[in-house]
Amino acid sequence: MNISWYLTVSAIIFTIGAAGILTKRNPLVILLCLELMLNAANLSLISFSRMWGNEDGQIFAIIVMVVAACEVVIGLGLIVAIHRRGLPVDADELSELRG
Amino acid sequence: MSLQTHAWLVLAFPLAGTILLGLLRPVLSGKKAGAIGTLAILLAFANGVAAVIKLQELPSESREVVSSLWTYANTGGLDAQLSILIDPLSLLMVLIVAGVSTLIHLYSVAYLASDEGYVRFFAYLNFFVFSMLVLVLAGNFVLLIVGWALVGAASYLLISFWYRRNTATKAGIKAFVINVLGDVGIVLGTILLLGATGSVDFLTVFNEAPQVFNSNDGTLVAACLLLMVGAFAKSAQVPFHTWLPDAMEGPTPVSALIHAATMVTAGVYLIARMHPLFELAPTAQVVGGIIGLLTLLIAATIGLVVTDLKRVIAYSTMSQIGYMIMAVSSGIYVSGLFHLMTHAFFKALLFMAAGSVIGAMAGEQSLNRMGGFRKVMPITYACFIIGGLALSGMPPFSGFFSKDDILLGIGELGGWHWILYVGGYIGALMTAIYTFRMIFRAFHGDPCEEAKSLEAGRLYHAPEHRNPADGTLEDTGVGFPGSKHHIAERSVAMTIAMGVLAFLATTAGVLQIPKISHVMENFLEPTFVGAKHFGVEIDTSLLLFGMGLGTVLGLLGIWIAWTLYVKRPGSAAAIEARFAGAHKLFANKWYFDEAIDFAIVRPFAALGRFGQRTVERVVVDGGITAGPVSLARVSSAAVRSWQSGLLRAYAAAITFGAALVLLYFLLQG
Repeated sequence: MNISWYLTVSAIIFTIGAAGILTKRNPLVILLCLELMLNAANLSLISFSRMWGNEDGQIFAIIVMVVAACEVVIGLGLIVAIHRRGLPVDADELSELRG
Repeated sequence: MSLQTHAWLVLAFPLAGTILLGLLRPVLSGKKAGAIGTLAILLAFANGVAAVIKLQELPSESREVVSSLWTYANTGGLDAQLSILIDPLSLLMVLIVAGVSTLIHLYSVAYLASDEGYVRFFAYLNFFVFSMLVLVLAGNFVLLIVGWALVGAASYLLISFWYRRNTATKAGIKAFVINVLGDVGIVLGTILLLGATGSVDFLTVFNEAPQVFNSNDGTLVAACLLLMVGAFAKSAQVPFHTWLPDAMEGPTPVSALIHAATMVTAGVYLIARMHPLFELAPTAQVVGGIIGLLTLLIAATIGLVVTDLKRVIAYSTMSQIGYMIMAVSSGIYVSGLFHLMTHAFFKALLFMAAGSVIGAMAGEQSLNRMGGFRKVMPITYACFIIGGLALSGMPPFSGFFSKDDILLGIGELGGWHWILYVGGYIGALMTAIYTFRMIFRAFHGDPCEEAKSLEAGRLYHAPEHRNPADGTLEDTGVGFPGSKHHIAERSVAMTIAMGVLAFLATTAGVLQIPKISHVMENFLEPTFVGAKHFGVEIDTSLLLFGMGLGTVLGLLGIWIAWTLYVKRPGSAAAIEARFAGAHKLFANKWYFDEAIDFAIVRPFAALGRFGQRTVERVVVDGGITAGPVSLARVSSAAVRSWQSGLLRAYAAAITFGAALVLLYFLLQG
């Protein structure tokens, strides 16, 4: 199969993720969208790996997964902490760091 | 072990003690810390004794050993080693410093028993002894300056030991600033000598000096005078003396150790150490002699009127150091150092005994409130009498031989030195008067409330703790030896320390008696053999006249004090009223503090205010920095508005930014 199909799917998923991040206000959904973007990138990495016939891209994909797992742990932890303190679980309301 | 090893161990033990006590401060209990501190100094003293024995085994002409541990710096013609000079002079100082320090550590174990800063105190005290030993053992100017500055720092820490007392911290700062002034003098003097001789090593400089300098060479005189500034600042000589009386804010063992026995004699040591240079600069010697005389007379007159027990002894210290400076500046080094040693014994003894009285008075130090302690504190009284007789120069106590040795040596010099000779005897008379004025006022007369309470078997405790210097209320955690009070003679450790010193103060005179015993002279011969007036025979008639005059003046002084303060107690006030002008001058310490304040402090403070109000506010803030500051403010305000705090706005900026970059490269391609 032509590699461009894989890349097209990857680009579509990536754009969906990016659009979600820009439009959604719930941090939980933002995290989900972030996951979508990371995995879209993984898909294209693996496609390229297949195209060149070596494993470099797959190793990259695994590293990205590790990073994604870490990010999810921290992100979920933050969301739980925000919730416990009784703060609004809303990315727009949490804007105390404005200049 | 070799001589060098012993000498290095002298330095190692107090340093180890300092570090150990400093690190273990949170876990050590009081008594253990005292034991560690005392043991460290005792071991240093033992090594000092061993070094002396080893040194005496060497032939006389090779008793100057330099030992270098490593190279400090070797660049641009400067070769500074971490080296010590072991010779009779440095070892004599080591024995005095370590020996007296051991006794004072022992005294402090009991004296500060209830103080909260007990471990800290011993860490500081060990640090002081280490610094002082570095100072006296230093084999070159660099290490001398290091020791000199460390001693100043240790003195600051110990004067301000009760740091919650405002007066104590102020006194510490004053002492430190004046001492640093002296440090600057020594550094500048060293630079001059380095420039002329190309070396910082003592022995090299001393050997080079006669070839490089003519007698009274301008550079050499300047260098010697700068070194003297250091000596005067450390030894509290006019006009750098005002810190010493204030330093009495420190705990009494500190006064005994630093401000009587060891640190303040560093100036005397310095001049004796530098004697090959001073012999080539007679002008500097004259300056030293005059300053010594002025100090001894001014301090004695203040001692006559001051009413604080410890400050009387402090002024007498200044006065006695005046004798020593006078002696070493006139080239009679052995006498000066002999007096340094006996003075260390009897002055430390007097301070320790004063600590005992202050303990019984619950921290009160004013002679006006004391009286009648003779019966209730017999040991303290005996110590005061022994110390007082030695200080007044009464035979056969040690002070008699050492003070007469100085005055005889100066009398033998003749010429203009007769001024010093006469002034020295006038000072001796005043010494006897103020010493026994202090003793009679504290121990004779009607017993004060505290003495009565002690007689009834209980120790007087002040209802509220007040700072003896300015009368302000203070919290009980600080100040006079902790919240509980001790009387020296009721504690074994303190009594032992005082007993040993009393014995030494009584008998140390036998080390050097004209025409009979020459232990000091023989021991110090290798250091001073090249000096002009070394080993000059004293004329017998002068000797007998001097000794007789010294005794008569001492007795006269004691008789005057007896008449004024015991026989006719009111007559002192009548004399004060009669000579109101002189009394006011003496009681205000010759207005030295005010003069320094007027001549130095106020102009500098005014300059500082001018700098702050005019130069900084108007010129710097208004003129120079105004433009850049407002530019930064405007531009940052513009950038700041982008920082909205909205997460999604940031994400959008990143996304579209990355998209734009991508687009740019795609279109390029």
